[in-house]
Amino acid sequence: MTTDGAILEMRGICKFFPGVRALENVDFTLREGEIHALMGENGAGKSTLIKVLTGVYPKDGGEVWLAGKPVHIKSPQDAQNKGIATVYQEITLCPNLTVAENMYIGRTKGPLTNWVKINHDANRLLDELGIPVSATEQLGNCSIAIQQMVAIARAVDMDCKVLILDEPTSSLDEQEVQKLFNLMRDLKAKGVGIIFVTHFLEQVYEVCDRITVLRDGKLVGEYIIEDLPRVQLVSKMLGKDFDDMADIKNGSEAENIDLNGTPVYQAINLTGTTGIKPFDFEIHQGEVNGFTGLLGSGRSESVRAIFGADRVVGGKVFVDGKPVKIRKPLDAMRYGISYLPEDRKLDGIVGDLSVRDNIILALQVMKGFFKPFSKAQAEKFADEYIKLLNIKTASQDTPIKSLSGGNQQKVILARWLLANPQYLILDEPTRGIDVGTKVEIQKLVLKLAAEGKSVTFISSEIDEMIRTCSRLVVMRDGKVVGELKGDDLNQNKIMATIAGGES
Amino acid sequence: MTSNVPTFKPRLTGKEVAEKIFRNQLFFPIAALFLLVIFNLITDPGFFKVTLEPNSAGNLVLSGNLITMIDYASELVILAIGMTLVTSASGGQDISVGATIAIAGSTVLRIVKTQSPNISNGKFAGMIIASFLLCVLVSALFGAFNGALVAFFKIQPMVATLILFTAGRSIAAWINNNDNISINDKRFSYFGNFIPGIAVPTPVFITILCLIVIAIVLKVTNLRLYSQAVGINASSSRLNGINPKMIKLLTFVILGVCVAVCGFIKVSRTSSITYSVIANNIEMDAILAVALGGNNLGGGKFNLTSSVIGAYVIQFLTTTLYKFKEIDSSSISAYKAAVVILLIIISSPFVRKFFEDRKNRREAAKAEALAGKESA
Amino acid sequence: MSVNSNALERRLKKRASLTDTNLLLIITIIVFIVMYLCAVVFLKKGFTKPQMFFNILNENASLLVLSCGMTLVMITGGIDISVGQVTCLVCMACAVHLQKVNDGVINGSVFTSLLIAIAIGLAFGIVQGFLVAYMEFQPFIVTLAGLFFAKGMTTIVCSDRVPVTYEPFVKLARTEVTIPFLGSVNKKGIYIPAYVEIGVIVAIVVVILLFCLLKWTKLGRNFYAVGGNNQSANMLGINVKLTKFLAHVLCGLCAGIGGYLFFLHACSGSPLHAQGAEMNAIASSIIGGTLLSGGVGNIVGTLFGVLSLSTIKNIVTSLGLEDAWWTNITVGVMLCIFLLVQSVILARKNKNKK
Repeated sequence: MTTDGAILEMRGICKFFPGVRALENVDFTLREGEIHALMGENGAGKSTLIKVLTGVYPKDGGEVWLAGKPVHIKSPQDAQNKGIATVYQEITLCPNLTVAENMYIGRTKGPLTNWVKINHDANRLLDELGIPVSATEQLGNCSIAIQQMVAIARAVDMDCKVLILDEPTSSLDEQEVQKLFNLMRDLKAKGVGIIFVTHFLEQVYEVCDRITVLRDGKLVGEYIIEDLPRVQLVSKMLGKDFDDMADIKNGSEAENIDLNGTPVYQAINLTGTTGIKPFDFEIHQGEVNGFTGLLGSGRSESVRAIFGADRVVGGKVFVDGKPVKIRKPLDAMRYGISYLPEDRKLDGIVGDLSVRDNIILALQVMKGFFKPFSKAQAEKFADEYIKLLNIKTASQDTPIKSLSGGNQQKVILARWLLANPQYLILDEPTRGIDVGTKVEIQKLVLKLAAEGKSVTFISSEIDEMIRTCSRLVVMRDGKVVGELKGDDLNQNKIMATIAGGES
Repeated sequence: MTSNVPTFKPRLTGKEVAEKIFRNQLFFPIAALFLLVIFNLITDPGFFKVTLEPNSAGNLVLSGNLITMIDYASELVILAIGMTLVTSASGGQDISVGATIAIAGSTVLRIVKTQSPNISNGKFAGMIIASFLLCVLVSALFGAFNGALVAFFKIQPMVATLILFTAGRSIAAWINNNDNISINDKRFSYFGNFIPGIAVPTPVFITILCLIVIAIVLKVTNLRLYSQAVGINASSSRLNGINPKMIKLLTFVILGVCVAVCGFIKVSRTSSITYSVIANNIEMDAILAVALGGNNLGGGKFNLTSSVIGAYVIQFLTTTLYKFKEIDSSSISAYKAAVVILLIIISSPFVRKFFEDRKNRREAAKAEALAGKESA
Repeated sequence: MSVNSNALERRLKKRASLTDTNLLLIITIIVFIVMYLCAVVFLKKGFTKPQMFFNILNENASLLVLSCGMTLVMITGGIDISVGQVTCLVCMACAVHLQKVNDGVINGSVFTSLLIAIAIGLAFGIVQGFLVAYMEFQPFIVTLAGLFFAKGMTTIVCSDRVPVTYEPFVKLARTEVTIPFLGSVNKKGIYIPAYVEIGVIVAIVVVILLFCLLKWTKLGRNFYAVGGNNQSANMLGINVKLTKFLAHVLCGLCAGIGGYLFFLHACSGSPLHAQGAEMNAIASSIIGGTLLSGGVGNIVGTLFGVLSLSTIKNIVTSLGLEDAWWTNITVGVMLCIFLLVQSVILARKNKNKK
């Protein structure tokens, strides 16, 4: 029953979690020497399928064939031994070990560790791949991007038949992504089958040969890349024709903004401690602006400084024209500033608390330690915003961590909307969530602006920024290098400003 | 988008109700308590008989195993309150409570021993209040010391409190110059035993008072929400305007106050203090109470009622074991260990997961059968 | 070209960075040396004699082995608070056994008593390891129950002090191994060579074995990986459960051996033996730079942790502060200072990284 040239076949895979059918009868085929994109919205079952394949979860039904032979994969170790190498979405390395150890632990033979050999091998491999780090460096001392590259190096070196890359590019910059793509093409030429999961459509069309689309735990279909234009891919992922993107941009923005009035928020020479240069910034009522720049350019650090999330050491801040001091997040919240952080899991959700507690958290803190909301009041708030933002949750009492990424993000949004801010900072609200929710969030931003709120919107996807923002602050190496508005808001101009070329 | 979330509440079947009860955090501690009661009733039907008898001082007081248990559980219950809060906010436990109880008790005696037993009631009351307040202050300060190490220096709670665990009893001895103190004033022993004319032991009243106070505190403040949020995700709490350091410090100070109350009861019980023995191993029992209550020792969500019942379970267990005359009093801990392990196994997430897995597999089989039918 | 520049960049970077383990280890060693030198220079008394140092070893051979076991478990992110009471149980069981042998009630020898000690240690290690690793209970609670159990069992075996008079054992316990070239001249001008008890040799062997285990074996590195991040370790293809289990088994084994060393030194069994040894072991590990959160630690550090802890106790005693409380208070203060220094240094290091 095997397909020609297939190195990996999965037939009728089922996986159930309490109350959720994560995978139902999913088939997947990977051929020799191809790069196969696995696409789908959040909660479509991509990660689950991968974790079943790598033995992290036991499967509840179905068969896996590797190189024509049926196999049963018991554990991640077993998967490694059978020639399946994986780079997971989150970095799954040990920060307290050295780079070399992280590359070789769990896959060397014999009971002893030969330090000389693994350090030597690791250095050679790191040089080959152009990763600027020493094999004896402690991994925890390296940047996230380097850590991700080390994880990739480990997988690449495994001499595998199947390589799985689950969103490996989210923390890499453009150059590193290109490096990775070159590597993938080399491996492909050697006959390795690569499964590539990503949210970036451009990347899929740049390197992949084939696409398998999942939706709601079910297989939608397998397509050759030439046969599936982007719009169709998106509609397959969403399960309906997709024209929402077009509606978003309305020509009417920027007209009712009084740019000469008192800014809602104004900072002069704001100086933080996180490696950004002092900068000036202002935003007016009803305006949507954005910070853009490469990862690490200081865009997140800037808004964190505005919110007082990191220590601020200098500069003047005015809210509605009045000079104020913002030393900690609570100060900012009291002045009507809200901040949706970049890292949802680490800084956003309070995992074990219920959806209700997560929604009321910010408003409750503003109200004060000695004035708790009554339960009825809290329930009313939660109910209102669950309906308003269309949050899919079993109940208000469900712990937020059991929701999908997009719905978690909506809960965090609800939390800040409930706090009724004048000025809302959204740092990467659309990262790692499904396309449908992305559109909803962008629409919401425009709606808020129309209601007279000011919004700062940050996204890695320039398309989204162009659609929503009327003004873009461009950053490079911790410095504000330009401000674009009106007709300058187009892909080329933005790219050129980010890159720093004269144009 | 499809947004048809069912709004009606389906009627629960008997099985679902049973499951809901089974999943409730209170279920295991209550079940354990219940089992202990049943066990005692079977082996000795008169075990829970409560009688009104004159005690050594000539007062008519309630006596019987049940009263002894509830009386002796007082310190543990009060500690369990503080320990639960500390566990929730800091994700660790304070192992120095036994030693700080010694300090608190020693502080009280330092004041009380200076007074002659003949002072008037009014003066005595003043002195007791003064000594109690000082003892609360001292304990709260030591609590704050622990809390500061944990909150500001980011030392794991168990390690930070290891300092006072090591030094605490010595500090207690140092406070009173290692003297053997014995208070002759009968009035001092009222707080750990009986007040003349009242048939119920005083510690029981103190415990109830503490429970009421903490209930009110949880009602009128956001302590529960804040400490849970801090315990689950400190970074996120900070971005929501909570000061995680202050909350951690606060829980340790609250535990300090609980410790002060315990220390006061302890020294009042015997009107004396033995620095190396007083409240020995009580920290272990207090942590066990929190764990038996089904609270996650890693911090986050907590249930105070559950911890309090857990504390009673431990005291019931100890008393039950003492009942068997053939068990040597010092070897009691071996049996206690066996029972504790059993209780933990039953109430562990592992067992719950086992039941959940069984349910999943059943559901999976059902769904597969359904899918098979559809395709056929 | 890029290869060369990478290599250069790496070399530059390497000089600046130290692993957490090494940093904490260096602090501990420096503190110990400074402390001992101060004692030699300012206190004189016994400290100038080499035998003083060896006496510290003699008295703490058992603690050293217990601490090493504790370090292993702490590196995997766990804790074992039963080791002190297991030591106590081992002493009691061996003492009773040898006395029975002595009285001719049963057959046996010093060797069988050693087997008993190891068997008890392993039994605790295996059961606790199973409960922690495979049943996923919190290590603190499991080993707390272990502590209670060992405590109770000790008094069930015998509730009184049992001195051992069995001849071959006493002979073994009194064996002194002289250290060549080190010694001192007493008042009468007679040269007394320095010596260590046999237990110290065993303890040193254990230290060396465990050091090698942690440094050069896969199992040892797996301990670090599991302690660093056990989910990652699982994804990296390490058998996390087995690793944790083995850490507890090794710790149990150490408790058995450490218990026997205590027995050798004390020559008796008593329910009061090794009281609080678990906390001393934890304190030694922490002073030696092991983090309770797991993933960081070193056996050499633990060795110096034990030495520092016992040296400070000796210094306090020789200062004439004989009141019992001073020792504990000093140890507490020392622990406090160590923790603060570690905390500040690690925090600073993390800040620099950003």
